[in-house]
Amino acid sequence: MADLAGDKPFLQFTNVKKTYDHKNLVVKDFNLDVAKGEFITLLGPSGSGKTTCLMMLAGFEDLTSGEILINGRSVTSIAPYQRNIGMVFQQYALFPHMTLRENLAYPLKIRKQPKDVINAKVDEYLSLVELLDFGNRFPGQLSGGQRQRVALARALIFAPDIVLMDEPLGALDKKLREQMQFEIKRLHEQLGFTVIYVTHDQTEALTMSDRIAVFESGIVQQCAAPHVLYERPANLFVADFIGESNKLKGVIEAVNEDTVDVRLEAGGLISALKANCTEVGLPTTVSIRPEKLSFTERLGNTGNQVMARFVTRHYVGEYIRYHFMTADGTELVVKNMNDSSAPQLSAKEEVALAWLPQDSQALDRPVVTTP
Amino acid sequence: MSTLTRTEASQASSARNKKRLTAFLFVVPLLIFILLSFVAPIASMLWRSVHHPTVATLIPLTLSELQRWDGKTVPDQQTLNVFAQELHSLAKVRESGKLAEEINRASAGMSSVVKSTARKISRLDSQQLAQQGGEILLKSHRKWSRPDIWFAIQRAGKPYTYDYYLTALDLELDQEHGIQVREDTQIYLQLYSKTLSMALVITIFCALLGYPLAYYLARLPENRANLLLVLVLLPFWTSLLVRTTAWIALLQTNGVINSFLLGIGVISQPFEMLYTSFATVVAMTHILLPFMILPLYSVMRGIDPSYLRAALSLGARPIPAFARIYFPMTLPGLSAGALLVFIISVGYYITPALVGGTDGQMISNIIAFHMQRSNNWELAAALGSLLLALILLLYWLYDRFVGASNIKLG
Repeated sequence: MADLAGDKPFLQFTNVKKTYDHKNLVVKDFNLDVAKGEFITLLGPSGSGKTTCLMMLAGFEDLTSGEILINGRSVTSIAPYQRNIGMVFQQYALFPHMTLRENLAYPLKIRKQPKDVINAKVDEYLSLVELLDFGNRFPGQLSGGQRQRVALARALIFAPDIVLMDEPLGALDKKLREQMQFEIKRLHEQLGFTVIYVTHDQTEALTMSDRIAVFESGIVQQCAAPHVLYERPANLFVADFIGESNKLKGVIEAVNEDTVDVRLEAGGLISALKANCTEVGLPTTVSIRPEKLSFTERLGNTGNQVMARFVTRHYVGEYIRYHFMTADGTELVVKNMNDSSAPQLSAKEEVALAWLPQDSQALDRPVVTTP
Repeated sequence: MSTLTRTEASQASSARNKKRLTAFLFVVPLLIFILLSFVAPIASMLWRSVHHPTVATLIPLTLSELQRWDGKTVPDQQTLNVFAQELHSLAKVRESGKLAEEINRASAGMSSVVKSTARKISRLDSQQLAQQGGEILLKSHRKWSRPDIWFAIQRAGKPYTYDYYLTALDLELDQEHGIQVREDTQIYLQLYSKTLSMALVITIFCALLGYPLAYYLARLPENRANLLLVLVLLPFWTSLLVRTTAWIALLQTNGVINSFLLGIGVISQPFEMLYTSFATVVAMTHILLPFMILPLYSVMRGIDPSYLRAALSLGARPIPAFARIYFPMTLPGLSAGALLVFIISVGYYITPALVGGTDGQMISNIIAFHMQRSNNWELAAALGSLLLALILLLYWLYDRFVGASNIKLG
């Protein structure tokens, strides 16, 4: 999506670096191309540099080196108040001494729009976030979800080129969060603005984004569409950070065109998709999503198999989590739908677990130095 | 809905009462202390400003005789005789000076008249005075034949009086015209307005100096801000007298500033800075600055930087964003600081007394003067009560237009 044929990317980060203390880089060589109208999420644990990227784009932090271009123009030459970037903050940042209407009218007033235009727009955006009756209230009189909707409307009302959202739903409870995710998505589809969204919540990232950039210690580990990120993680960190992974240790024995053969430490030779570990003899981690792992009677003899001992099961509701332990002590989790196929297992029963080669990947394995 | 049974309700209420009693007992020592050391003295001062029975106890018989007096001519012979007798007995117990002072307050210049008359009368015996006291009195000084003197004595004899308030407001009660502006001396109103305007100037200076500093501190990382806050608080740990004296050393004619300016040749004559209202304003601004900085700082600390960022991202330039978004959010701190500085400086005493000279005196200095020198505690009490009323009025106005709930001290 980003590199539409021939088109210059709308927003471009090139070799962006940032340091606060002149010693450590918080952002190390960040590159990202964003197309107009795209919904990009920067996902990562806290302190991974994602918010810093957002702040540099908004103009609240300087770049140490590199460039950020909007429509081919470097942002460093544009003052923050001239960048035409809307911003939604985690703590809403609604001006407490102004009513909702005044809050929404503020960016329009600055742009010296005529009064009737302002009024019409404020009405339009208040009804867009379904708060038309609350216009004369102060932010302090609203609930968290309502405040965030106002903040969203305020960030959109002046038709910015880009909307930045810095963990906008972080202060809300789970139910409201889901509702707001839906709301943001709806507005995005309706109005077609470009979004750079920062979050550490992977579900949020997966459900909302066109593409997700996964940050870890200042480096983008992978930037891809949600399904790619989930099903073809580029490395172990991404596999681990996005969703849940079963990790089987092994060593690469043979390299084929799309797959590699891995000798597992738990015993057995299996085949997995080729990823970032492609040399014979390298230690590797084979990652399999818990829902792709299943009991042999369902897959028959096709695919890979590993023997494991049943440990316990957790009843979650719509599915059941089975915990197993392989011979080398690796924990495996199987998610099975809570239907007639859910097996009854007795303690320490040894079963064969199976999965399809295309559902597993041979990823890097950090060599642990034993002290 | 189930309701509480009677026993449950009574148990709950007795438990609550017990808790209240315990809580109350905790504050009893403080309450007693405050009552004795704060409420009682203030109440007695307020009371003193309207209750003044000295003359009534000194010459009770004369005053009851004066009730028959028509107020237009000299009181009748019998009244004068009684007064002469009472003056005689006062002179015997050496209390005529007290009476002289009291009458002098009501009518200036009467002190010597009363004293000399008392001296004369004390040599005579009371039998003679009972017969001819009036004549002797009138003969001893011609002022005794003026009705306004007797009017003044009559007024001074009233145990409850609002005269001191009239004096404090530069008014007087004239026998014929009622309440009117005092002609001879107009000092107190002028002093009140000077006090208020100086307090206002000090408050403005404190705000102008304190606001940028508080803003700077609020944007520093916590540990560095705390270090610098210690420096802000440092003056609090130094004696007020030392700080004020330091200003004397700086400002005096041969002081540091003048020597320096003379030394570098900017001026040829030393400035007269000490003992002016300038000195009072400078020294008090310095002393009261922390009262402005601390509430401002604590309010500014609480303001999330994202507000200003939001304003910028919405397209506001830095200065309008500051004026429209940040500044209104600091108003609770600013108003708390301003109120503190203003109220403290309105009643400030030591600094103006030391560096203010005659020019930089404030109302508190004149109150102290009446307490210590002129011994007119009643007038001092009246002046103090008016000051208190003024501050309460200002606070009420503030609450009315700004809202006291907006104050934030920390």
